[in-house]
Amino acid sequence: MKIIVCIKQVPDTTEVRLDPVTGTLIRDGVPSIINPDDKGGLELALSLKDLYGAHVTVITMGPTQADAVLREAYAMGADRAILLTDRKFAGADTLATSNALAGALKMLEYDLIITGRQAIDGDTAQVGPQIAEHLDLPQVSYLENLEYDGNKTFRIRKATEEGYQILEVDSPCLVTVLASANKARYMSVRGIIEAYDKDVEVWGFDNISVDESKLGLKGSPTKVKKAFTKGVKSNGEVFEVDTEEAVGIIISRLKEKFII
Amino acid sequence: MDFKLNKKEELFLQMIRDFAENEVKPLAAEVDEEERFPIETVEKMAKIGIMGIPIPIEYGGQGGTNQMYSMAVEELSRACATTGVVVSAHTSLCVAPIFENGTEQQKQKYLPKLCSGEWIGAFGLTEPNAGTDAAMQQTTAIDEGDKWIINGSKIFITNAGYAHVYIVIAMTDKSQGTKGISAFIVEKDTPGFTIGKKEKKLGIRGSATCELIFENCEIPKDNLLGKVGKGFGIAMKTLDGGRIGIAAQALGIAQGAMDETIKYTKERKQFNKSISKFQNTQFQLADMETKVQASRLLVRSAAYKKDNGMPYSTDAAMAKLFAAETAMEVTTKAVQFHGGYGYTREYPIERMMRDAKITEIYEGTSEVQRMVIAASILK
Repeated sequence: MKIIVCIKQVPDTTEVRLDPVTGTLIRDGVPSIINPDDKGGLELALSLKDLYGAHVTVITMGPTQADAVLREAYAMGADRAILLTDRKFAGADTLATSNALAGALKMLEYDLIITGRQAIDGDTAQVGPQIAEHLDLPQVSYLENLEYDGNKTFRIRKATEEGYQILEVDSPCLVTVLASANKARYMSVRGIIEAYDKDVEVWGFDNISVDESKLGLKGSPTKVKKAFTKGVKSNGEVFEVDTEEAVGIIISRLKEKFII
Repeated sequence: MDFKLNKKEELFLQMIRDFAENEVKPLAAEVDEEERFPIETVEKMAKIGIMGIPIPIEYGGQGGTNQMYSMAVEELSRACATTGVVVSAHTSLCVAPIFENGTEQQKQKYLPKLCSGEWIGAFGLTEPNAGTDAAMQQTTAIDEGDKWIINGSKIFITNAGYAHVYIVIAMTDKSQGTKGISAFIVEKDTPGFTIGKKEKKLGIRGSATCELIFENCEIPKDNLLGKVGKGFGIAMKTLDGGRIGIAAQALGIAQGAMDETIKYTKERKQFNKSISKFQNTQFQLADMETKVQASRLLVRSAAYKKDNGMPYSTDAAMAKLFAAETAMEVTTKAVQFHGGYGYTREYPIERMMRDAKITEIYEGTSEVQRMVIAASILK
């Protein structure tokens, strides 16, 4: 089985701070990590490799520093790593990102493409599903468990707001994975030592056949008008009263604010 | 000169910190309180390769460096000093002497299983009357043609009972003094070899520290490590390497205490302000941090020299002396900063102070380190 895992390097913080002037992320002093959902995706691929034997390729699009997450993927057990990097990809929104990634994926063989559900720095959950559309693949998002029949069919538990669905899908297909689907393995000592002796293939615009107008800033219909750090909310008021009185207070406050 | 970690070391540090924080730290109080050997942690460490870091891949090791190994002991000890010494005694005192002194056959037989963590290793030198004066060995090994017969006992042996392989130092010819001492490899369950009483200790309480008893214990002729009469040298050289491990353990304990104290002094309010706002706190913390960082540089320098085939015995002694005394000072001050809370087992800081003390004692007391350092400058 050939598996490709799309991963993203993100700042290791749940409190992303924005530069008030430029509206971009402040990355100084914040260490970078593999996006947690993507790490869950990589673990899924590596556990399939352990059980059934598979070749696992990791691919990331980003600046040259994103090499670090590919080394980490090697140290966890990935077999091949591709860094998709080019000035022409810069400033991409989710659509332009998925165009570039799908362009690279078209150059590769796969039975299963795995992405994380969403990245902690953007929270859009769009790139995985968009790649599936570009490649005309069946997709299952929000994967929290996967069983494989060893042949062609995956039985997937998909998380929904109300509970879950069990779906069956044949390869080739694309799944987007939740970090909670598994506990990612640690890098092994030998894996770490060998990670920097392995090749990371660097691919640019010339390696993929995608129209330049669909890439980077030019290919991004989403424009950021304004970015700001959300102000800290006040502590609110605490009323220790019985339920009936509490309902009355809430309704009157909502009316005061013209919410109802 | 470059004081930066290389990319492999950075990635290694990221992994080992993550592992220590998530797998080791949550058990630290429990293994101390229950005096329980953290066997489940050893299994997890084995799986990712922590039990054979500085040994070449051809012998089942990870092909890493002593620098990485000392970083591992530091980070593990920062979370739990017991876990740190399990790895240090195994690697420095059993795996290393077999790798450095063993025959090809011995290396092939023992190293893969030790490095994979399937087997744990230990080292027996100390006896009731042979502590700092290690040459006063009373355990004997008699050459019986096709086998050796060992009689005597060893005390304070780390990993005893859990280890499968023991490096045992014994007298083969008393008339020769230190030149009559030899080193042997003894496997557990060898007839005549039993584990004696387990010590109840002040600190590193999860680590198993026991007596080894040899009563007409027969071991194969092939289990002599190195040459006859070279055992004392092997033991001393083994301890030189071990001191890097214990220095790293002391450093980790001190760093763990710093982490707790920095957090606590920022949170703890007295006289309407955080105690970190008082200059007495700031100046003491500055001194503590400086000593911790100086210890780290000594440990890294000793490991660097060992990795690069340079003489490192004095460096290892300095690293252990300074890091151990720093650990004791820093943890004692850390308890003081925590006040009454620091004296209770609600906080990890009293455990760190208890754990720190042993680093001034085992694998050569601070006094022995001073003897080693003085001898090197006065020769």
